[in-house]
Amino acid sequence: MLELLLHLTILSGINIILAVSLNLINGICGQFSLGHAGFWAVGAYSAAAFTVYAQLPVPPEVNLIIGCFIGFIAASIAGLIIGVPCLRLRGDYLAIATLGFGEIIRIIIMNTDSIGGPRGFSGIPKISNFFWVYLFVAITIIIIANIMRGTHGRAIISIREDEIAADSMGIYTFKYKTMAFVIGAGFAGTAGSLYAHYTQFLHPNGFTFMMSVIILLMVILGGLGSITGSIVGAIILTLLPEVLRLMGETISEWRMVIYSVLLITLMLLRPGGIFGKHEFNPLKFFKKKGEVA
Amino acid sequence: MSEDTMYFFWDLGQYLINGLTQGSIYALIALGYTMVYGIIKLINFAHGEFYMIGGFIGYYCIMGGMPLYMAFPVAMLGSGVVAVIVEKIVYRPIRSAGRIPALITALGTSLFFQYTGQLIIGADSKAFPTAIEQKMWFFGEIMISNIQVIILVTTFILMIFLWWLVNRTRIGKAMKATSYNHDAAELMGIDTNKIISFTFFVGASMAGAAGVLVGMYYSTVEPMMGLIPGLKAFIAAVLGGIGIIPGAVIGGLTLGVAENLVVGFWESTYRDGIAFLILILILLVKPAGILGKNRKEKV
Repeated sequence: MLELLLHLTILSGINIILAVSLNLINGICGQFSLGHAGFWAVGAYSAAAFTVYAQLPVPPEVNLIIGCFIGFIAASIAGLIIGVPCLRLRGDYLAIATLGFGEIIRIIIMNTDSIGGPRGFSGIPKISNFFWVYLFVAITIIIIANIMRGTHGRAIISIREDEIAADSMGIYTFKYKTMAFVIGAGFAGTAGSLYAHYTQFLHPNGFTFMMSVIILLMVILGGLGSITGSIVGAIILTLLPEVLRLMGETISEWRMVIYSVLLITLMLLRPGGIFGKHEFNPLKFFKKKGEVA
Repeated sequence: MSEDTMYFFWDLGQYLINGLTQGSIYALIALGYTMVYGIIKLINFAHGEFYMIGGFIGYYCIMGGMPLYMAFPVAMLGSGVVAVIVEKIVYRPIRSAGRIPALITALGTSLFFQYTGQLIIGADSKAFPTAIEQKMWFFGEIMISNIQVIILVTTFILMIFLWWLVNRTRIGKAMKATSYNHDAAELMGIDTNKIISFTFFVGASMAGAAGVLVGMYYSTVEPMMGLIPGLKAFIAAVLGGIGIIPGAVIGGLTLGVAENLVVGFWESTYRDGIAFLILILILLVKPAGILGKNRKEKV
């Protein structure tokens, strides 16, 4: 039981990184991406390939940090390659193009034999644990929250509110959109690296379009644009399948149906999600009244 | 001509025939996509599921002893009715909320049908009953089956019918008016809600027809069969120019042929990749599609 709890906590952590990073692209910048699982896969596979083929003679923890770094860089490069052409598109076209790229990444992995191809990539050392996952969760949240509050963040938010207006105010929208996209993809890569070194096995079918939708559902459930919301959404959707499993085998089988109904009813009844665009800032409690957080 | 080049051309011919068959199925699905997008600017992700539903209705009808010429219209009608119900319950309330919420809802609807289908019918693929005896004709080394001919002919007839419906009837005129300008159409006394429902009906019944044809062609149906063809039909619609009916046909045929050439002359594992590659290329080079015209964006 305790082991299961620890397992779920770690998975929640990885999902939090994924949801918060997708929130930067979808919620804060307003660019609708459906290919997040692709970046996750790029990070996972590149980091795993590093520790399997090119491990350095240093403690495994250092290798994990290097792996996370490599995952970040690889996924951001993928984000740059995909983002520069695709971010010229808007709205639903962008969604489809990113979906397409996510699938292409998966098909390329499927056809690359040195990282397992359709057999899956096994033999990855188990390095990441509770501490490392939550260290990176903290890093991700702090960096993205700070980006959001700074100059760049204001520019990124203005793109979400009205791209044409932002453009005419002199904001170089293309640069900021690409920035949000690349950083978001990079953190998904870090999550991938942590995931690979936790589960020790990667299979291309674990990174399908379905997975992108589940990450998207986390962000929407919590509230597009709210980091707190993404965290809560990620935790809820990691725990939900387990709770359903406790309720019996038949209900557990209906998991995906429940997800889809949840998605539709959320959109129909509460399109803002749980938090809307609001944030819950724990630091506020430590500040004196009147001081701005 | 040496023997090798001869064989190359025979192969090419065979892949072209297969590609046209596959492509006309994509075209049938793409027609519905394009019509729905043209009229309410919604990418109806669930469209591939209407195709799946059509396939299953056909399957159960033929299993129940119905002849093919009866099962075919029943399947078309059935998936059309499902689409109208979905439109009424799910899409109509979300229509005013903007494009991205509508897109997410459509995604949810698509998943709902896929997984409900898996639970109710079972995830395994079902062998489609042989409604008609398969016959093969040979032209040199090229092989054409009677099912391929049926698919090509049916697609052709349905497309002519659709062209007639949109361009030569009152309801077609109303559909066009609604797609040009919703409010103006309403002011002219057109019941736009009814027209949108009708568009969904026609589009989904085309997809339902494609479902039965595919069931006959590959002789299997399964609950997840709508996912990939649905996405590819969308790509076909974008390729031809979304919202333009002849564009969907051109896009579908191009995509089918391109895919079969990749399978034939390169590797079959890249089959699904090529469609997305085409999509990205067309979006970069000419986002409005082959037949589309560029439109300036206004504030």
